[in-house]
Formats: sequence, structure tokens, C-alpha cells
Amino acid sequence: MPETVSRGIGSSTVGRKILMAVTGQMMILFAVIHVVGNSTIYFSGLNSYAEHLHELVPLVWATRFVMLPALLLHVFFGVQLALENNSAKESGYSVNTNLRSTFASRNMIWSGTLIAAFLVYHLMHFTFQVISPEAAASANADALGRPDVAGMVIYALRSYVVSLVYIFSLTGLFLHLAHGAQSSFQSLGLSNEGAEPAISKGGYSVALVIFIAYVLIPVLVVLGIVKG
Amino acid sequence: MDLTLMVWRQKSADAPGKLDQYAAKGISREMSFLEMLDVVNEGIVKAGGDPIAFDHDCREGICGTCSQVINGVPHGIEERTTVCQLHMRHFKDGDTIYIEPWHGKAFPVVRDLIVDRSALDRLIQSGGYVSVHTGGVPDANAILIPKGDADTAMDAAECIGCGACVAACPNGSAMLFVAAKVTQLASLPQGRVEASERVRGMIDKMSDEGFGNCSNHYECQAACPKGVKVSFIAKLNREYMKSWF
Repeated sequence: MPETVSRGIGSSTVGRKILMAVTGQMMILFAVIHVVGNSTIYFSGLNSYAEHLHELVPLVWATRFVMLPALLLHVFFGVQLALENNSAKESGYSVNTNLRSTFASRNMIWSGTLIAAFLVYHLMHFTFQVISPEAAASANADALGRPDVAGMVIYALRSYVVSLVYIFSLTGLFLHLAHGAQSSFQSLGLSNEGAEPAISKGGYSVALVIFIAYVLIPVLVVLGIVKG
Repeated sequence: MDLTLMVWRQKSADAPGKLDQYAAKGISREMSFLEMLDVVNEGIVKAGGDPIAFDHDCREGICGTCSQVINGVPHGIEERTTVCQLHMRHFKDGDTIYIEPWHGKAFPVVRDLIVDRSALDRLIQSGGYVSVHTGGVPDANAILIPKGDADTAMDAAECIGCGACVAACPNGSAMLFVAAKVTQLASLPQGRVEASERVRGMIDKMSDEGFGNCSNHYECQAACPKGVKVSFIAKLNREYMKSWF
């Protein structure tokens, strides 16, 4: 067999698939940790959680330093792969019959775009706090003198429009993970014929659990059940 | 039975193509799909027209030459069946059937339903083989192979190279084809020697030939007339990772 110089991981079709899977799984892990932290809002503990989290400055910044490149790589390769795939199969057939692919698997680029747009909005809203500055946690202290993160979140999510934006975006996240979670195991080679059905169901379940855990926050706030 | 066919007609790779309507009358349930097309073509020729061009060879489901997308599914909706082994009893009198060629940038149309699949041959040339010395025939049991490995290699070797996986893939990817060949050879001691060069060579060639990227839709497995499994793609991904160490 002739010795040839092969493409690097970042330009190989399988290499990029593996990078998508690794960065995707990192973000799933982040989503899980984030929702566990958020759930302190049910026990009036969000302000305490936020205060303690921000005392761990090196941990917060280390997470950002790891997650931001992972996110950018995932977005860059996701868009690049989608464009290549579109040009490799320019047209479908007259009769559109899908045997195994799902709405979620065929629309990863669109659910991903929705998540990316939401991420910008979400960071402007609760991290940079520029969308509703009157309720910004950095400008309002709670009774114990801590930044009132819970007050900011509840103020925002009491609006039907804002809640709907969150619920709609989380639906995008659910669709993305419904395919992505199980797909990442296949991409990393962590699958075989016997494990495949369990991985498919497991990935879907992870997506569903993450979706429910997140979506309960805007739903319960807008219904007036969680008041902070 | 009487059927209406909507068939893709295209003079050459560069010419524009379109679906033309044909009536298939007096078709028997026992005919294969290709025999039905033979009957339609006889009618077209008698009327002075150009017969519908389609690929076919063994007509017994083992050569991988026939290649038609029937109602949106490569080789038709019957599982584990090539077009030549698809029989008209699976259709009803009065059905309208859409017949199109394989779609994909790596498979340019030659004429009507015939596409150029030589990209698959070039994929094999990029590493889908083992290099062995010629000479005396080695003893049959000189290299012992565990039964499980032999079974995996045989399952992967079922691929007949028809390209239905590429035609079914929404991304036009040839991952299942490459995965089958890589798995078949990597499962055997004779193939392990060149496993790294093979997997990298074939994967790179796949992109060079204009095939898309696998995003785990699994349409390929559903369309494969030989039931080649996507678990081989997981194996391909493992082999790729191994090739770096």
C-alpha cells in the first residue's frame, strides 16, 4: 500500500466527526451541571449558589476557557460539515421517504442555529445583564446583600414573551440532543450492534431529562408557582 | 395489472433531466421490477422512442449493478432486496411508481437511471485491499482466526458495492461502504498489517471524491440490500482513532 500523507484530524471527515462528538459531549456535561445549579431556584437557593459559584473564580474562568473553544469548534465544524453535505447531495427525490433518519437528525444545523442565537440572548440577559438592566442582579441586592440573581430570573420569566422564547429555544436544544447525544457515541466508536438500541434510547432519554429539567423553570415561574 | 411510471429521463451528465410519464399495462405479479421495465422498454422501442437506460447484470441480487430509487427508496421499500429481486407483487394495480437514479455529487448521471459509480472503485483502490506476495499457496490453517472475527469479516464482506447507502444518505456519504471494507479487512490478521494506511487512505479519498460526511442518520443501513450494519461505522471510527497511535 503506498505511503501517503493523510489529512489531519481537523480536515478529515471522520476526524471532524470525532471533534463534533467530543465538544458536543463536553457541552452536554455543561448543560447538566448548569441545570443542577439552576434548580436551586426551587429552594430559594439561587442567590446563595450564585454567590458561592463566583467565589470560585479560577473554576469559573477555567470552565469558560475550556467551554468557549469547544463551542467555537463545534459551531465551526458543524457549519462546515453541513455546507459540504448540502453540496454532496444537492437534491432529494421526488418522493420523500425517510427510513431511519428523524426530524431531529435532519435539522441539526437549524436546531444548532436556534441554540446559538438563544445563547447570545441568554448571555446578554443573565450574564452581561444588558437586556433588562433595571432588574440586573449586579444592580439589585437581596435581603442578605447578595446580587439578586433569583429576582432577575423571575422578573424576566414572568413575561409570557420571554418565557416563550426560553421554552421555544429549549425545544431546539431537545431536538439537537435527541440526535446528538446518541450520535456522539457512534462517532466515538463507542457502539456496536448489541449496544446500539440502548444507546439510541439512552441518548433520547438524556435529551428528554435535560429538556424537562430546564423547561420547568420558565413554566413554573410564568404560572406563578415559583416566586423566588 | 396496470401501472403509471414516472421515470427520470436524462440524455447525458450535462443535459437537464426530467420525469416522464409511461403507462405499464398488463404487468404480471410474478415479474421482477426489471422485467416490468423490459416490457415497458419494448413498447417504447416499438413506438420509435428511446428505451429507458438502466444498469443491470446478474438479476439475482448479488452483483450490485442495478441501481434505481423507487418511490424515494434505493432498491425500493422491500427490506434487504435489490431492484432485480423486487417483484411486482409488492405493488397494486393502478399504482404510480417514481423511478429515479442514485443522487449524489460523487455519482454523476450517465444516462436516465444509470450513474457513474467508479468513485467506489477508486475508494477500493485507495486502500480496500491487502498486499500479499504471490507464490506458493499458504496452508489453509496456517493462520488461525477466531470464529467471531471470521463472522464479523463475513458480515462486512456482504457488501455488493451497489451504492444504495450513498443514494439513501441525506449527506451523500459513503461511510457504510468504506466501513464495510475496513471492518472486513481489519477483522482478519492478513488485513491488520495495513489497517492504519487503509482506514486513513479510504477516509481521505471519500472526501476527495465528493462524498459527504456521515452524521449518523442510519438511512444507509435501512436501504442496504445486504443488511450491512452501521455498527461497522462505529468500528471504522475506532480504526481511525487507532491509526493515530
